[in-house]
Amino acid sequence: MTTAAVNRSRLRSYAPAVAGVGTLVTFFLVVELLVQAGLISRFIVPPPSEIIGSFSRVIVEEHVFNRFLFTFGECLTAGVMITVFGVTIGVLMQRFKLLLRACETWVAAMASAPIVLMYPLFMVIFGRNAWTIIMMGFVSALPPVILKTIEGVSGTRKVLVNVGRSFNLTPPQQFWKILLPAALPTIFVGVRLGLIFALINIVGTEFLINYGGLGQLINDLAERYDLAGTYAAICFVILVSVLFFMILEKIERWLRPVD
Amino acid sequence: MAETGRLKAIAAPAPVVSPVTLLRATIILTFLAVWEFLAHSGWLYRDVVPSLLSIGRDLVELLTSGNYYFNLGVTAGEVGGALLIGGFSGIAAGILLGANRFLAKAFEPYLYYLGPTPKIIFFPIMIMWFGVGPQSKIALGTLSCFFPIALSVAAGMRGIDKVLIRVGKSFRANVWQMVFKIYLPAMRHPIINGIRLGIGVALIGTLLAETKLSNKGIGFLIIQAYSIFDMPRMYAMLIVLFVLAIAANALVGRLGGLHNIRRL
Repeated sequence: MTTAAVNRSRLRSYAPAVAGVGTLVTFFLVVELLVQAGLISRFIVPPPSEIIGSFSRVIVEEHVFNRFLFTFGECLTAGVMITVFGVTIGVLMQRFKLLLRACETWVAAMASAPIVLMYPLFMVIFGRNAWTIIMMGFVSALPPVILKTIEGVSGTRKVLVNVGRSFNLTPPQQFWKILLPAALPTIFVGVRLGLIFALINIVGTEFLINYGGLGQLINDLAERYDLAGTYAAICFVILVSVLFFMILEKIERWLRPVD
Repeated sequence: MAETGRLKAIAAPAPVVSPVTLLRATIILTFLAVWEFLAHSGWLYRDVVPSLLSIGRDLVELLTSGNYYFNLGVTAGEVGGALLIGGFSGIAAGILLGANRFLAKAFEPYLYYLGPTPKIIFFPIMIMWFGVGPQSKIALGTLSCFFPIALSVAAGMRGIDKVLIRVGKSFRANVWQMVFKIYLPAMRHPIINGIRLGIGVALIGTLLAETKLSNKGIGFLIIQAYSIFDMPRMYAMLIVLFVLAIAANALVGRLGGLHNIRRL
């Protein structure tokens, strides 16, 4: 293939991404023009240029880095808790089949239940503090970790289990040396889903109870009617969430064995 | 035919109650007993764990109150509206992205990454755009359910058997005929799956918005019970809500025939 052909095919592969970014930029330009022309009220939608301008103000004046660390700490705590409890419960359920048959549908039902609506109840139990937020993230993120652990452990290839048996491994050795390493990629899928659920619920609860890090920032700015700041903070939270999902996805790909 | 004399295994009499049911009953009874014990122990603040009797009383009161059904109707209307708008726009966007590889590459990553972001943070914007009435709740519900439905439909569209599409084309079906005769029937399960996910997130979005700012709806009743510290009532409402959400989820799955999908 000639160099020109290679360049052409490379350009063609970038075209969709360019089209996506281009559409987004065009959209913001159109909104800017409409707001500047007075066709959209700037008291409802601030001009995008003002939103971009208020990014630095929000980051410096609202201590965004500290707030980010606060939310990150809550996510991390919830993440450690869902990993420890979720994997333990999943392994126990897989080990005791009767327990699995009795409770698996309950866990699945819990996964589809609107658990986040229990936040007023959690506020009564834990008070208006970080524990309410962490527990909200923990409870709503637990089911996917349990279900994926069960799936991972039960999906271990028979040949691996037989290798363990032929080496006369004790049940704990069989678990630590065979079952857990084989189930790890699937368990991480559950942990990744759990962390996404935890982040959504943690930021949501922060916003709702007006306490904590990034979620509270949006609520604060909205209550002050700092319109450009509110939009900038929402964009910032979305960016953080998207980065978080991307990093988790990369780790998951790295953990997944090559077929 | 001659008797072979084969030994017949004597069928063991089936247990009256299966071990699974027995274990489930034991877990539930233990949970209820621990709950009741905690309610009367005085170890926790009063009413944080109310007695089962008071929760049951409030549950009956709730289910026989006209005001509750009025608020349930308001929430159901908002969720229904959100599902209608979000569902149609999600299906349309999904078909568009699924049918065109260029558009999918250009825009699907945005949907994919925006999908799981916490939607409740958009509520201040929704209030500014649509006011404090039910419209802002419908808008938040719409925003919540649009993403899972669009992504599910786009994936379903790409999974349609190519033979079906070729059949449609060989019959010279126009775009609408392709959509209604080929794409939508072939994508029934992904659409139903998307709607199932959509119902869950639309319900959560709408109810959370109601708890934040409203004067009617189930979310409003829950936050009202919290503000006057009527814990038995709050528990009763949460129980009813959970049952309704799980039942709606199961119903959509059953109506869509998801339980009939053959797992190959």
